[in-house]
Amino acid sequence: MNYIGEHLLPGQIGHFFTLLFLVSSLVATIAFFVAGYGRITQEEKNAWNRLARISFAVETISILTMFATLYYIISHHYFEYKYAYNHSDKGLQLEYLLSCFWEGQEGSFMLWAFWHCFLGWIFIARKSFWENGVLGVLNFAQFCLSTMLIGLYFWGNKVGSNPFILLRLDTEAPIFKNPEYLTLLRDGKGLNTLLQNYWMVIHPPVLFLGFASTIIPFALAIAGLLAKSSTWTKTALSWAGFSAAVLGLGVMMGAAWAYESLTFGGYWAWDPVENASMVPWLILIAGLHTNLIFHHTGYSLRATCFFYILSFCLILYSTFLTRSGILGDTSVHAFTDLEMNTQLVLFVLVFFLPALGLFFFRYRSLPAKEKEEDSYSREFWLFIGSLVLFLSGLIIIAQTSVPVFNKIFGTKIAPPEDVEFAYNQVQIFVAIVIGLLTAVTQYLKYKTTTRSYLGKNIWGPTVLALVISLLISWLGDINYAKKGPGFLWAIHVALFAAIYSVIANTSYIWLVLKGKIKAAGASVAHLGFGLMLVGILISSSKKTVLSWNTTGITPLSTDNKKSAAGDPAENITLFKGVRTDMGKYWVTYKNDSIRSTDKKRFFDIAFESKKGNEQFSLYPDVMKQNKGGEGFAANPAARHYWNKDIFVYITSFQDTDQTDTSRFQPKNIRVGDTLMYNSGWMRLDSVSVNPASKQHLFEAGEMALFLNMTVEAKNGGRYPLTPGMAIRGTQWRPIIDTVVAQSLAVSFNKVVDEKKGLLEIGVKQNASVSSLLTLKVYEFPMINLLWLGTILMVTGFFMAVFQRAQKRASAAS
Amino acid sequence: MNKTSIALLIFIAAAIVVLISYTGDLTTYETIASAKERPGKFVNLITTIDKQHPIEYDPVKNPNYLTFTAKDSLGASIRVIYRNNKPTDMEKSDRLVLKGKVVDGQFECKDILMKCPSKYKDAPNQIVAPAAS
Repeated sequence: MNYIGEHLLPGQIGHFFTLLFLVSSLVATIAFFVAGYGRITQEEKNAWNRLARISFAVETISILTMFATLYYIISHHYFEYKYAYNHSDKGLQLEYLLSCFWEGQEGSFMLWAFWHCFLGWIFIARKSFWENGVLGVLNFAQFCLSTMLIGLYFWGNKVGSNPFILLRLDTEAPIFKNPEYLTLLRDGKGLNTLLQNYWMVIHPPVLFLGFASTIIPFALAIAGLLAKSSTWTKTALSWAGFSAAVLGLGVMMGAAWAYESLTFGGYWAWDPVENASMVPWLILIAGLHTNLIFHHTGYSLRATCFFYILSFCLILYSTFLTRSGILGDTSVHAFTDLEMNTQLVLFVLVFFLPALGLFFFRYRSLPAKEKEEDSYSREFWLFIGSLVLFLSGLIIIAQTSVPVFNKIFGTKIAPPEDVEFAYNQVQIFVAIVIGLLTAVTQYLKYKTTTRSYLGKNIWGPTVLALVISLLISWLGDINYAKKGPGFLWAIHVALFAAIYSVIANTSYIWLVLKGKIKAAGASVAHLGFGLMLVGILISSSKKTVLSWNTTGITPLSTDNKKSAAGDPAENITLFKGVRTDMGKYWVTYKNDSIRSTDKKRFFDIAFESKKGNEQFSLYPDVMKQNKGGEGFAANPAARHYWNKDIFVYITSFQDTDQTDTSRFQPKNIRVGDTLMYNSGWMRLDSVSVNPASKQHLFEAGEMALFLNMTVEAKNGGRYPLTPGMAIRGTQWRPIIDTVVAQSLAVSFNKVVDEKKGLLEIGVKQNASVSSLLTLKVYEFPMINLLWLGTILMVTGFFMAVFQRAQKRASAAS
Repeated sequence: MNKTSIALLIFIAAAIVVLISYTGDLTTYETIASAKERPGKFVNLITTIDKQHPIEYDPVKNPNYLTFTAKDSLGASIRVIYRNNKPTDMEKSDRLVLKGKVVDGQFECKDILMKCPSKYKDAPNQIVAPAAS
């Protein structure tokens, strides 16, 4: 069949370059290795090296062309391509076009491969002795990534998923019987609303740069093991520092995105996807520190190799976890299952098994010192710290891997009742140990430290930290009693450790380094880390719900709160224009409006503080779900103070798009009568005068009549309904009651005939009974310390990398 | 034995203790029938919404009260009470993982995990062209 209107050329170009990418990465792998490790003459080596670099250049051009082509397809809305159809639509704003890349798996792999090329060229430009080994390993990873993108079948097994495939070749649907199907396929499915956020434009590139960069320390370790040499550790220090900075930043950007645009009310939920990207970072940090030990003292080479190998393999494992669909019921991230699970497992094993094999094969030949480390040496405590980080990572990944365990052994184990606490109760002790170590260890010197040197410098910061943390514990009102006194104690101890870390590192810069900022990279990073810990501890233990339901319109009495599952009652209902009491604040839902560019509906929520006269408005918004959903995705809004955030998001609202044109239809009714409405029946059971249960609806001096009615919907729901009227002398006002689930409003109009008991009610049914919404409001104290700490930590890493690079440059000249 | 090895052993022992105690916190996936047999035990149910019965949620009355009926693949069903707001798009999800326990024959749900049919994945039958006129 000849299809009309398709643009086939971009797809052909894209697929051609995908295959070129595959071939050139394979050639580059072989060429780099032969040039580096083959038993050949220097001349031949040079020739192989040329070939290797040319192939790597071809590979780089291929991946760039693939990117450009896919961008062309998406930006021109060629919905004949599956990728454009699935991940974009015509209404998408320009700045989110890039986000379409990382919504799908193929685009993510392309991004990863691109960063590998980028890092590879930087490595080549730095003219390292280790170029052949590192680029060989890197290109092998590129080859593996390229197989994820080819989308070919080998003996019935699908290998990879082609981003340039046509929709009609991938999917069977009746409309493809029509040669002019493109005229019918007017729009794509669009980008997931949650990803239409500015964090989603920058978070994935940074995170993937972090992922990609872990291959360099790994490859250096492999090359070193192959060459039976340890000089690679010098090169590795800078690269591992860079990797730690970028990966850490990427992970925390993900946390910031979750905080700003997701609605689980926080920045970290110990979700498997979050864990899987944090654990490699922990192991990398462990490796970075053992690498420092080796650099200065000659201890811990074995540990360094092991940690770098493990860190990269855990990146691969996290790819498997998040992209294979194995997490299924445990993660809120619903990534695709592209039927590539075997391939993803192989991707992990093809690196992990040979690397581990090589490590153990060479283990004995790795130099290790017989002499024991001194207890007053920096290396000893650095090593302890690395060990704690390593085991902490190991525990997290083991806890996260329960679904994998289930898959292998066919068990049906589910996560614990309180998932976050299961992690927190362990990691809080890690935080204590690491906090203390980051505070003290810098005051120790390598090899050995005299007691007087240590004593002279450490007392000041220790006492100061103790005083400050005791003051916070005493006056800070940290009463996280939910998990028992033991955990509360741990929080206070951890708070001390974190503050100690902040103070000790700050004073180290002034006392020991005498304010030489250039040399202070490590201290700044540790200071940032300490601040992060302080921010995490305070914001989590003092997070409070401001929107406790206090409106009194809940029919459930308060003793229901102590029911089996506990009653969060964290949602408060606001009626448009009605000022509502919410603890410390009065809140009013004033208005809502739809922004034309992205169809977000913003709600104007006015806050008035009861104490003082602070007034402000927050504008949380909701966005229509696009992927197979008719509901809405909520975006929180926050008011930032220097010491806290007020964080608010919409949990539900009544859509009032349609103008209310329907009116109350008068109907006569007697006690015992049944009336029909559009989707069910309603019955008048009895009339009551001044019922105590409705006292809040009428004032003293008014006489109130209420009709006790029952609504029975056709779909089986039963709802009580009590419209009424309040009478004062000759004046009366209606008290309308609603069944929102049935969009039904009923008024009590008048008594038609007192003797016969004939009453008149008004019945109205339409989509918009009233404008109301429910929201949750939280207060996060000291959340800014977390973000500030992150920035400082990343800055510190970069300072250290920069300083090392300068040192090297000056040593070379 | 040197200090490093001792520290290593202590930490590994601690890690093992932690992981073993973690296994004590773990819960299980159950069917509705087996969950009913063990009221009060915290379990995970993999269910779908029973559309025969209404999903009741009325934010005017109480924004923290949702009730609906869930059924599992074996056909058993149970009334679910979730004392929180109704998750967006709940009707659309083809699978719900409910975490909670059975109390008085009803499922007191603490947490709902939704699995939407096509968050990232394309379902072939979803490609429906607008009616050509």
